[in-house]
Amino acid sequence: MSKPIQQKPALRRFHQASWDEPIIFELSQPGQRGILLPEVEEEIINEVGDVTASLPDPIRRKTPPRLPEMSQIHVLRHYARLSQENLGVDLNIDVGQGTCTMKYSPKVNDQLARSPKMTELHPLQDQSTVQGILEIMYRLEQMLKEISGMDRFSLQPGAGSAAIYANVAIVRAYHASRGESNQRDEVITTIFSHPSNAACARTAGYKVITLYPDEDGYPDLGALKAAISERTAALMITNPEDTGIFNPRIEEFVRIVHEAGGLCSYDQANANGILGITRAREAGFDLCHFNLHKTFSTPHGCGGPAAGACGVTSDLAPFLPKPTVEFDGQKYFLDYDRPQSIGKIRPFYGVAQNLLKAYAWIMSLGAEGLREVAEVAVLNNNYLMKKVLEIRGASAPYAKGKRRIEQVRYSWEQLSEDTGVHSEEIGYRAADFGTHYWTSHHPFIVPEPMTLEPTESYSKADLDEYVAILQKIAEEAYSDPDIVQTAPHNSTVHHIEQEPFDNPLEWAVTWRAYKRKARKE
Amino acid sequence: MKGSDGLDIQRTALAMGAVPEAGDRTRRALDVLRRLAHELDLLTPPGEMGETIARQCGFNPLVIGSILPGDSTADDTRRAAKAMQLSAVDLLLFAGGDGTARDIYSAVGNEIPVLGIPAGVKIHSAVFATNPHNAGLLALEFLRSKITRCREAEVVDLDEQAYRSDNVAIRLYGFLKIPYRRQLVQNQKIPTPATEAFQADAIAADVIEGMQDGCLYILGPGTTTRCIAQRLGMQKTLIGVDVVTPHELIARDASESQLLTLIAHRPAKIVVTPIGGQGFLFGRGNQQISPRVIQKVGKENILVVCQLQKLNALRGKPFLVDTGDHQTDELLTGYFSVITGYHERSMYRVTL
Repeated sequence: MSKPIQQKPALRRFHQASWDEPIIFELSQPGQRGILLPEVEEEIINEVGDVTASLPDPIRRKTPPRLPEMSQIHVLRHYARLSQENLGVDLNIDVGQGTCTMKYSPKVNDQLARSPKMTELHPLQDQSTVQGILEIMYRLEQMLKEISGMDRFSLQPGAGSAAIYANVAIVRAYHASRGESNQRDEVITTIFSHPSNAACARTAGYKVITLYPDEDGYPDLGALKAAISERTAALMITNPEDTGIFNPRIEEFVRIVHEAGGLCSYDQANANGILGITRAREAGFDLCHFNLHKTFSTPHGCGGPAAGACGVTSDLAPFLPKPTVEFDGQKYFLDYDRPQSIGKIRPFYGVAQNLLKAYAWIMSLGAEGLREVAEVAVLNNNYLMKKVLEIRGASAPYAKGKRRIEQVRYSWEQLSEDTGVHSEEIGYRAADFGTHYWTSHHPFIVPEPMTLEPTESYSKADLDEYVAILQKIAEEAYSDPDIVQTAPHNSTVHHIEQEPFDNPLEWAVTWRAYKRKARKE
Repeated sequence: MKGSDGLDIQRTALAMGAVPEAGDRTRRALDVLRRLAHELDLLTPPGEMGETIARQCGFNPLVIGSILPGDSTADDTRRAAKAMQLSAVDLLLFAGGDGTARDIYSAVGNEIPVLGIPAGVKIHSAVFATNPHNAGLLALEFLRSKITRCREAEVVDLDEQAYRSDNVAIRLYGFLKIPYRRQLVQNQKIPTPATEAFQADAIAADVIEGMQDGCLYILGPGTTTRCIAQRLGMQKTLIGVDVVTPHELIARDASESQLLTLIAHRPAKIVVTPIGGQGFLFGRGNQQISPRVIQKVGKENILVVCQLQKLNALRGKPFLVDTGDHQTDELLTGYFSVITGYHERSMYRVTL
């Protein structure tokens, strides 16, 4: 008699692989090779002579690069092992990385981007040979114009923050063109806006004024009125904010800033819940940006290549980064002749593969499809919120009783007061069930925060599973907090020391820094 | 967990001030620490000052010192705290109010980590946990080495001298070292939070950049304002009000009348930071900056400085003022542009 088949448990018992894999530089063996290049055939030598001798001297390395020396199989094995110690978007129900808009990125779009037509592109090719991708960029710009209501877009930014930086640079160029750049040295943002607004404004040399929420949890109109002055260069805010709360007085915010002579820049990092429903232009904004790698599924790599887009009204269009992609009725071309442009914010023009993916994603959905994306994302979020708020110890501070748009910043403050378990410990425990979890940007405003954003990609069953994980952990916190506080139990690295994160002398983000700081070489 | 980390047994001391509610509240904190019962050496003064409660909570404490039963005094608290310091405890847990906090401060200064279980009538000092249960939790994390840092927190209390002369005045007496729970997160979007010290330095750089020659700067008490003086190469009194120019230390620990004399014919600005967890800008610990001083200087010349962590710890509660003069308090209501970093401001409200 065969054994009965064991039922799978209600919650997954995830276990991360543990390979104790060294750093690739430590695996290097002098003399090992991945590829042996073939000898140059005599016929070719006779024809062209010594090819390497024709290389100009300045581009010749004096010494070979200090790269690891490894055979192909060792490289393959190394990265395959590392991939097993990871938890990627294709493995887990990735709603726990709120603000990241972790949606499913259709594989067919990846296949398009991996086709030789794309991978063999070179940015210095003659424009007549890249008409296809230029057309796609041109058409993508037309779509983003329609989605936002803006008059022109640049797809040059390599990421969302690069697009925001481009927008700050445009704000500066605009005020300079009116002789007001010295006078206007302040940028206003809100504490729950995407932090890149404050960061980019600071990087561009602006003073930053942050508004806190009013008593009802909405951006504080009174604080805006107190902050606004003839020194205001711009308002740079996200809407909905990272709490998932939509600013109902957004038009008034914009009006007040305009009356003071400032510009308004709409951070659309959180656009996933408003596609086809509301537009930056109708709210009166002068500039906006999209994270194509979030909202438009290119996908969000959490460190991988992204793509940003910054859009402006026709008044500000002359200041856009150059080149722009233009069409003269017969051919597409890059226009560098833009005397008022802020210049380049990265080399060449955009992350071509990602722009293709965004284009393909929009084309596969159409206008109605985009709106449905937003509606399902909002529905998913409010379903998830209802379920999460049924869990003991969880709450959603600010705008109590109101629905949220596409994400919620929750608080485990009650649970933490009752049990001593902190939000990040819940995150460590969530890893034992095979899922990601994120708290909040730093410093925490919402106490014991958790930010969830379910997007349109996850099914009801997915959301129920995620809630069941949180429910289980909350129960553990109340009944046996040590289980949660000693988690993760099934991961390769259980805990890391946090203190060194405060000390730049202990950071080593490169092999060279590691050798210098850790090995004292 | 602590056990698996192979740490030594932690020594904790408990001292209870002579306040009626202390027993029950101490019990709630100790209940949490029972999770550590086998890994903890608990030191306590005898009887009502800790031993009784500790035994009721299932601990087997090491009793030190002696008291007269039913008659424990502030002096007993001070002697007990001193004895505990000499016993090299890892943490001194006390129950009481502002008075007890003062006694502890006068005995051990900011030499050892201390944490207050709120159990008194007056709880203005920032050395107390938000409730007894949280005091237990914070102590637990500190003793398990999940928290390894401390910060300086204000000890404030009624100024008896002023009190006797019919003025209700809260004075800043000093700073105790309390466990500090930094929000530990692995953050994908911001590499690391700046340390508090770095933030204070950034605030100081901003204030100094904006300083005008010939203008007097009245620096209120606190660690953030102290940092401004330090960057100017001056030694500030921690709990006093000092007056500086960008180049010169004009007065240390100035009284109200000294301030009024100094600013009589010179432009001046006031630099203050909110006190402790309550968010008082004026009227707590900086009474020298009186209504008359504030009126003379003017609201537009008040610079509020505050680290983000401290601002966020207020949880959206507005700043408070209690200068003793209603008209001045009214003047101070509304929004301040609070300096939170170099070229960084937050709009924050003051209410009565």
